[in-house]
Amino acid sequence: MFEKIWNNHVIVAEEGKPSILYIDLHLVHEVTSPQAFEGLRLSGRKVRRPDLTFATMDHNVPTKDRFNIADPISKQQVDTLTKNALEFGVKLYDLNTIDQGVVHVMGPELGLTHPGKTIVCGDSHTSTHGAFGALAFGIGTSEVEHVLATQCLQQAKPKTMEVRFVGKRPAGITAKDLILGLIAKYGTDFATGYVVEYTGEAIRSLSMEERMTVCNMSIEAGARAGMIAPDETTFNYLRGREYAPQGAEFDRAVERWKALRTDEGAAFDKVVEFDVDTLVPQVTWGTSPGMGTDITGSVPVPERLPTENERKAAAAALEYMGLKPGTPMTEIPIDYVFIGSCTNGRIEDLRAAASVAKGYKVNPNVTAIVVPGSGRVKLQAEKEGLDKIFVEAGFEWRDAGCSMCLAMNPDVLQPGQRCASTSNRNFEGRQGRGGRTHLVSPEMAAAAAIAGKFVDVRHWEFKSEVTA
Amino acid sequence: MQPFVKLTGLVAPVDRVNVDTDAIIPKQFLKRIERSGFGQFLFYEWRWDEKGNEIPEFSLNQQRYQGASVLISRANFGCGSSREHAPWAILDYGFRCVIAPSFADIFYNNCFKNGILPIKLSEEQVDDLFRRTEANEGYELTVDLENKTVTDKLGLSISFDLDEHRRQFLLQGLDDIGLTLKHEDAIAAYEAKRAAAGY
Ligand code: SF4
Repeated sequence: MFEKIWNNHVIVAEEGKPSILYIDLHLVHEVTSPQAFEGLRLSGRKVRRPDLTFATMDHNVPTKDRFNIADPISKQQVDTLTKNALEFGVKLYDLNTIDQGVVHVMGPELGLTHPGKTIVCGDSHTSTHGAFGALAFGIGTSEVEHVLATQCLQQAKPKTMEVRFVGKRPAGITAKDLILGLIAKYGTDFATGYVVEYTGEAIRSLSMEERMTVCNMSIEAGARAGMIAPDETTFNYLRGREYAPQGAEFDRAVERWKALRTDEGAAFDKVVEFDVDTLVPQVTWGTSPGMGTDITGSVPVPERLPTENERKAAAAALEYMGLKPGTPMTEIPIDYVFIGSCTNGRIEDLRAAASVAKGYKVNPNVTAIVVPGSGRVKLQAEKEGLDKIFVEAGFEWRDAGCSMCLAMNPDVLQPGQRCASTSNRNFEGRQGRGGRTHLVSPEMAAAAAIAGKFVDVRHWEFKSEVTA
Repeated sequence: MQPFVKLTGLVAPVDRVNVDTDAIIPKQFLKRIERSGFGQFLFYEWRWDEKGNEIPEFSLNQQRYQGASVLISRANFGCGSSREHAPWAILDYGFRCVIAPSFADIFYNNCFKNGILPIKLSEEQVDDLFRRTEANEGYELTVDLENKTVTDKLGLSISFDLDEHRRQFLLQGLDDIGLTLKHEDAIAAYEAKRAAAGY
């Protein structure tokens, strides 16, 4: 699949030089674009294809009282994007539009993400879009400028890796557990330099949104991009969306997309297998997404780890996280819960969390916020009454944005606070200086909010079903 | 972009694996709309405590490493986000070269766009550099991109690998947007072909 998309987009390939690759879709947000637009201005260049460029604001946006950005530098960044979009003729989904949201939630939702496309954004989680069988990857600001100016990128051809999920996903195991489990087993750099294709029955049976959760965290394994071959699930998701082909054209597109499927016996540079039959819900304990374990497990004892570097890293992480070696994961009390982000801020995530929360109350020691991934997700959740379930249970119901995934807006952990988070990175300080992040699925996060500590959501007593 | 040809400079160590971009430049400093001035925030939360006091144990705060231009660190350096603010901060602080056993892709790529040379050496070679830096105050390395070597005054000489295109790119300080635009005809032809095919 990768090979086909790559070959379809290479414009110039010269021996010993990176290829010039055409880019079909360029997504832009406020944090990584100001210097790129400024670069264009300084060199007197234009945006070559404003029709293939779409912008939104997400990182700095407050989730309460969103039009009032108190931090003047945040406000300047948001205003700069508005100004640049206007000046360069780029379509912007700003705070006044229902489509505004985390860039990787918004793109698929609008039907901008198609199988076979090359998609870039100045954001590492662009890998999310690979769930549709697109080649999607994050780029730096210099490359943002490059794509704005030329609609192309210079790229050396990456290697390919198949990550084969073997077995059947057990009940109660989420897409988040699949990807967290994979990274806990193989580490945060096993896929560096590779484009990963996820295969296997456990992947095929995932919904479109679940596939996005898996591909989203490809970058946490170091991968250049993560992809899943398109199938009926993909086509059904796209049908009827604003920027998807319409009518007969859609059917023609589906024929084209079907041809992207990986050929039987296609060769990958590397193959990795991951057993899902015995997978249990995952929780991270450290300051790197690979530092994770089973909810039935415990905080590791650094001295027992195999290499000196691992021992040092684990000891430093435990010190930062304020955890004692050997503590069972289910005995770690939490202060905060964040449900949202481009990993787990879509409607299915909110449904799953709501079904856990329904009929319960958030533990009095816990502050819990739910941040929909986009304005549309928020609207849909409200139509389904999910907001009421959350509010009744004591969660705060917020406006769309990145929020506490990286805490560039006012949603920030205080030093020492411990958070069960559905986001993708547990780096030191990610959610606020001194803040302690544990990555989990939306179900696990909701259950933790209620219990005040991590619990095994497989044994949760659901008060009643939440239906769509 | 400033070319990189040869550099002799003081070496500073950051002895951690998986140094992520949030550690290199925390998000509260990503709000600026300029490219410059990020050096003061490099490794911010490792350099300053919550009250803004210097953390003396952190290497970059130690007198002996002031003015360093070569940074050595451990595996998977620069993992995490695509923020180019990370190399901007490293460059603005005064580093022109980062040596580690491995780098995250996007960070590695971003370095070249900013005239920073990232060098991959083996774990053993990097271990050795850490030992030499620790043992010799004022320890300097000479990084020669023409010859792809790293040497010191104590007789160490290591050659490193680098993609030839990337090497030329740094040696000449090229503008890659300009290079791509030289292929304007091919790009336009590709767009025309695609439009004719109906997508
Ligand atoms: S939700 Fe988090 S990971 Fe996703 S784009 Fe926003 S900050 Fe990045």
